Amino acid sequence: MLYREAGQFKTTYAEDMAIFPIRQDRMALAILLGIAFIGVPLLADFDIWPFGSDYLLRAILLPFLILALAAIGVNILVGYCGQISLGSGAFMAIGAYSAYKLGTGVHIPLDWLGFAISIPPLPVLLSILLGGLAAAVVGILFGIPSLRIKGLYLAVATLAAQFFFDWVFLRVPWFTNYAPSGSVSAPTLDFFGLNVGTPIERYMLCLIFVTVFAFLAKNLVRGNLGRQWMAIRDMDIAAELIGIRPLYAKLTAFAVSSFIIGVAGALWAFVYLGSWEPLAFSIERSLQLLFMVIIGGLGSIMGSFIGAAFILILPIMLNLLPTQLGVPLSTETITHLEFIIFGSLICYLLIKEPHGFARLISIGKEKLRLWPFPY
Amino acid sequence: MIALGQFLEVLIGGLMSGVLYSLVALGFVLIFKASGVFNFAQGAMVLLAGLALVRSLDLLVANGFPLWVAIVLGIGFAAVIMAITAWLIERFVIGPLVNQNALTLFMSTIGVTFVLEGAAQMIFGSDVYPLRLFPTDIWLLFESHFPGGILVNQLDVWGGLIAGILVAGLAIFFQQTKTGRALRAVADDHMAAQSVGIPIGWIWFVVWLVAGLVALVAATVWGTKLGVQFSITFLALKALPVLIIGGLTSVPGAIVGGLIVGAGEKLAEVFLGSHIGGGIEYWFAYVLALAVLLVRPQGLFGERIIERI
Amino acid sequence: MRMPDTSEILLQVEGVSLAFGGVKALRDVSLDIRKGEIRAIIGPNGAGKTSMLNVINGFYHPNRGAITFKGRTRAQMQPFEASRGGIARTFQNVALFKGMSALDNIMAGRTLKMRRGLLWQMLRYGPALTEEIEHRHRVEEIIDFLEIEPIRKVPVARLPYGLQKRVELGRALAMEPDLLLLDEPMAGMNLEEKKDMSRFILDVNDYYGTTIALIEHDMAVVMDLSHRVVVLDHGVKIADGTPDEVKKDQGVIDAYLGIAH
Repeated sequence: MLYREAGQFKTTYAEDMAIFPIRQDRMALAILLGIAFIGVPLLADFDIWPFGSDYLLRAILLPFLILALAAIGVNILVGYCGQISLGSGAFMAIGAYSAYKLGTGVHIPLDWLGFAISIPPLPVLLSILLGGLAAAVVGILFGIPSLRIKGLYLAVATLAAQFFFDWVFLRVPWFTNYAPSGSVSAPTLDFFGLNVGTPIERYMLCLIFVTVFAFLAKNLVRGNLGRQWMAIRDMDIAAELIGIRPLYAKLTAFAVSSFIIGVAGALWAFVYLGSWEPLAFSIERSLQLLFMVIIGGLGSIMGSFIGAAFILILPIMLNLLPTQLGVPLSTETITHLEFIIFGSLICYLLIKEPHGFARLISIGKEKLRLWPFPY
Repeated sequence: MIALGQFLEVLIGGLMSGVLYSLVALGFVLIFKASGVFNFAQGAMVLLAGLALVRSLDLLVANGFPLWVAIVLGIGFAAVIMAITAWLIERFVIGPLVNQNALTLFMSTIGVTFVLEGAAQMIFGSDVYPLRLFPTDIWLLFESHFPGGILVNQLDVWGGLIAGILVAGLAIFFQQTKTGRALRAVADDHMAAQSVGIPIGWIWFVVWLVAGLVALVAATVWGTKLGVQFSITFLALKALPVLIIGGLTSVPGAIVGGLIVGAGEKLAEVFLGSHIGGGIEYWFAYVLALAVLLVRPQGLFGERIIERI
Repeated sequence: MRMPDTSEILLQVEGVSLAFGGVKALRDVSLDIRKGEIRAIIGPNGAGKTSMLNVINGFYHPNRGAITFKGRTRAQMQPFEASRGGIARTFQNVALFKGMSALDNIMAGRTLKMRRGLLWQMLRYGPALTEEIEHRHRVEEIIDFLEIEPIRKVPVARLPYGLQKRVELGRALAMEPDLLLLDEPMAGMNLEEKKDMSRFILDVNDYYGTTIALIEHDMAVVMDLSHRVVVLDHGVKIADGTPDEVKKDQGVIDAYLGIAH
């Protein structure tokens, strides 16, 4: 079928404002969701290649989904609101450790007041969402400087968040329930009596989270709030003069972004890693997320998925291809090569196509719409 | 009770390591002043310069060259590498991004960082390479005044000396040479400088080259202290809060900011760390910078920013 | 030409002075804008015209003087006070949101009128959707009025300059302002585009009854469009009156011919 919108007339503004106004796009999305929600579990159930082993699910699809979710969060702040962040890893950590504390029970002894605050272990789902909320609160706190400082200065403020929380979770034993090694393990993943344990169950859980959050985020960015964020990004002074409050716009962006990143962090810890150390959320993670967003497309929800996929797949390809060609590379060389490729790609995209791969796809679609005519 | 001797010892040690931050921060300030680019890659440039130096030095010494010849050749080789790097960055990244907003430029330097880190380690190796250019013996001062005296590392003194020479050299370069003056003109206004015939591409190359040479100097001191290794890039990241504290556009600010951060974090580590847990050094500089940002966004020595529409 | 019905004063600026360091941008300037009129502010380059608009909508804070808007007097406006009070503005060098479509730019102008909170918007259902559609209707009216239907979904950065100016006017109109400040709405336009823009300005004034203050360099346009003209030179008011009065004023002629003071 041709990719065409001819003949698809919109008779109401509501139709025109749908997420995917073009029928073919809607169908593509339906097929994609169908594969993700039904196809993958079916194949995995029957052990059909490439789902015969857990490798694909556990080592690729699971991290892909969670990192894509985190990238959506980063994209809201960086891509939509134009506030640079080098501290996303810290917000993942806040989500993870808050969820961990809430999931294993909080006990704050206040000896000098003569009593203690105790919260019994909360259900996992609630812990994860509250972990996101904790990240959102901290996000707002670290967003406050953004009202006075801009761009590069903010980069340093978010770096402060990164290093400070790295330290907090490493050195304050309360957060790790006094585990001697500093490494902690997630509580049992029990959702309304359903125990999520096997890779395919974990995959489905993350898929549901990511799908729901992606739709909610998409709604936000194409609504009034999204327009306020983009207005602040594109020209903050003009935005203020048409009545947009920078305080509200920036802090909501920080809150929503940190919430999503926090939830992603909790999922990363609970569902993907199982047990983890603060190192899992270091500055490398922050930079990795930033790269996903730049490569996938600043200001694009779809781009967050593309970026996450790319960053995960490239190292695997670098490992696989040379081996297939008979010139296997050492792990070190692969890491260095990865660095070089990511770095040059970032520079290339910033110069040629600041909106990343997502923009390249929409250009492709525009061309396709007109095909076979050049204009 | 804190002994004065111990306090002085920590203070001096802190100030001296602050000099190292200043050395890296200087490179940032140069590039920011001349092109408005906030160069995340300065740390990677220190790594690259250090690796180029230490590896060529090892190779030359292993091939029987006398040490002083090896040092001269090694430094020359590293300088050439930095020149090539500066040219590549100007030609392929900063040049094409001219007139883009600051955020895009900043992100592009993160890209440059990764390319430099990857390439440097791929070409020169990724182990820890010890470098011995300066004496690292310790001096004990004022033994008559304090029990045990005050412990000072000779390397730190060398670092202070080199930083001083470097700043003096840069001041002369900016004030007295034609290129230096052109640089300042470009910093004030790209377009105006271009329209009076200052070749902006050449100027930017010179700036990145100078920043690269400053990185080389920083690498000699840092490398002697810690060995040339990847983690240098993280220490170099501390130059960012140093800049915020000192002010992005100020050379004296970079120096003073470095000293404040160096002394502050060492003192905090020794005297506060015992109370709230060790490792304060890790974040002290950043949180201090955050506090400065809230009170005085332009930093201690920076120029106030006036917005226009 | 239609004259404004009332002589009610919408905005009054009294004895305003503004200095940046040693540079005096405005010196003791007073002027009033009456409800329903088109008021032009003219003068040679560097006369302080844009500074005046910036003072009115609170972007610059004057060192001395008072501003009375809708009966309330204050020493300075704040940007949010101005936008909430119904002052909209276009800029000399188009200040659109470059990464957004024309439609989104104009929709952004409705921000102040939209009420639904984050949670409803996230669901984009019920009240939030109703609100979005309702405002889309109003915005589409403006799009029709400005004749920019074909470009509504085009990112503004890709539009030619003349159309960008039109979208910017649309964004200001979306605020349904009581006072519209236009900073050189016709700068850099060809004759045809100028004619269109003049027509839009007159229509806005006519249909919506919006009071307009504009800065313009094209004297023919100013004299045709405006009811009253104020002339600034080196930050000082040198004339104020109807176009005919101003045209004959010796001080104005001197200022434009560049006679030394």
